[in-house]
Amino acid sequence: MGYKAKFRVWRGEGGEGQLEDFTVEVNEGEVVLDVIHRLQATQAPDLAVRWNCKAGKCGSCSMEINGRPRLGCMTRMSTFEESETITVTPMRTFPVIKDLVCDVSFNYQKAREIPSFTPPKDVKPGEYRMQQIDVERSQEFRKCIECFMCNNVCHVIRDHDENKPAFAGPRFLMRIAELDMHPYDEVDRKDAAQEEHGLGYCNITKCCTEVCPEHIKITDNALIPMKERVVDRKYDPLVWLGSKIFKRSSV
Amino acid sequence: MTQTTAESPISKQRAQLKVRTLRTDRWWLVPALTFAGLMSFLIYGFWAIFDKSYFAEPYIAPFSSPCLATSCPEGARFLGLAPFGDWYGLPPGLLILGLPGGFRLTCYYYRKSYYRSFWLSPPACAVSEPHKKYSGETRLPLIIQNVHRYFFYLAVVIGAILAYDAILAFRDEHGNWGHVGLGTIILLANAILIFCYTLGCHSCRHITAGRLNHFSRHPIRYKAWTFVSKLNARHQQFAWASMYSVMIADLYVRLVAKGVINFPFA
Repeated sequence: MGYKAKFRVWRGEGGEGQLEDFTVEVNEGEVVLDVIHRLQATQAPDLAVRWNCKAGKCGSCSMEINGRPRLGCMTRMSTFEESETITVTPMRTFPVIKDLVCDVSFNYQKAREIPSFTPPKDVKPGEYRMQQIDVERSQEFRKCIECFMCNNVCHVIRDHDENKPAFAGPRFLMRIAELDMHPYDEVDRKDAAQEEHGLGYCNITKCCTEVCPEHIKITDNALIPMKERVVDRKYDPLVWLGSKIFKRSSV
Repeated sequence: MTQTTAESPISKQRAQLKVRTLRTDRWWLVPALTFAGLMSFLIYGFWAIFDKSYFAEPYIAPFSSPCLATSCPEGARFLGLAPFGDWYGLPPGLLILGLPGGFRLTCYYYRKSYYRSFWLSPPACAVSEPHKKYSGETRLPLIIQNVHRYFFYLAVVIGAILAYDAILAFRDEHGNWGHVGLGTIILLANAILIFCYTLGCHSCRHITAGRLNHFSRHPIRYKAWTFVSKLNARHQQFAWASMYSVMIADLYVRLVAKGVINFPFA
């Protein structure tokens, strides 16, 4: 059975704007993105929202629903009380272009700063041979749909815009961890993770893991293992001594 | 027909929301409970360290074990040794407090919990923190958190000593084996939980095989990593369970030592 829901939606350009109230029809089985589309169709034709697959796989419709970073297409209306006012705002960490659409180019910039996968020169494409157990660990990170909600919720840049040049955010620290764990990657990424991409800023409060729609254990399986690898390199005198004596850096 | 896209707005900034959070759930509840839980442990620990009733044959309170001073009762001394002589007059628990304390203080899970509940950085996800500047663990003093693995090595030793104490609790007050009292079961349960917490540590996971890139070349280390990973997935639960089990075990022994608990199977 349908009902009339109360919505408060951020409207405005370039960050200037306000929350506007709407009353809109909701039908059984709908998600928040469906209701936003109904608003566009019936009351606010110029309402801007970024979306694509409506299946939780493209990462386009990231927004904040009642203050929590969520995918609009994966947030069921049945999880709210019918009497509840639902507040929908753009992601808070990134500049707003219009209404719910953010400029997420920060993330693309950070992605470009990470050296790409670098296999040994004598191994040609098609010649890689990896055991399943070596593949599995980094497979988890490949589930990322780049919704950037982890970077959005991370307080290092959410609450401190000035940290943006120094901090890549969970999404890209996870990318560095994925490559550093890769059996065929030859780039040593430990120093760069700490010095250039700001791994030390992470205080492992796990919000990135909490909001990840793909349920990737970003903190436990990527950020903390990467921190431990950095400890090997920079803060553990015994490992440092061992690497000098045995002349090996990774195994 | 030529298509054009809309001009980008001149001002490019975040949504100017004036409130700290728009969350409508009880986001403050978890940090408040965490604060209360950790504070209760700190308050109890402070009292226990200075309480002198820490030994009741065959039980020794975990907060005072290993007992390494001459002031320890003879049966309480670890392996009968007292490397700290007569000159040491402070409570024996102070000698070893820093080892498990440092392990928990630098633990990745506890860091999350006290950064959230004590330092409010952040108090909850998508709730603004109150601090104007943030440098995380990039500089002193928080860069010292990187010594966690050394505390892990020491915590393994402490865990082994607590297991040893639990085994000794299978003797009665005359030293005869075969005794099983409520205290024995409590000390044993505590030793198991302490080991589950210690071996599930992220540093342990890294040391076993996390630092490797080729699991397939190290099958035994990979098996160890798989086992540690299972414990690690419940690290938070083991952190809380072992924190309260050590507190309960310690209090139980002290109550027996004070004569408050004196039933036959104590």
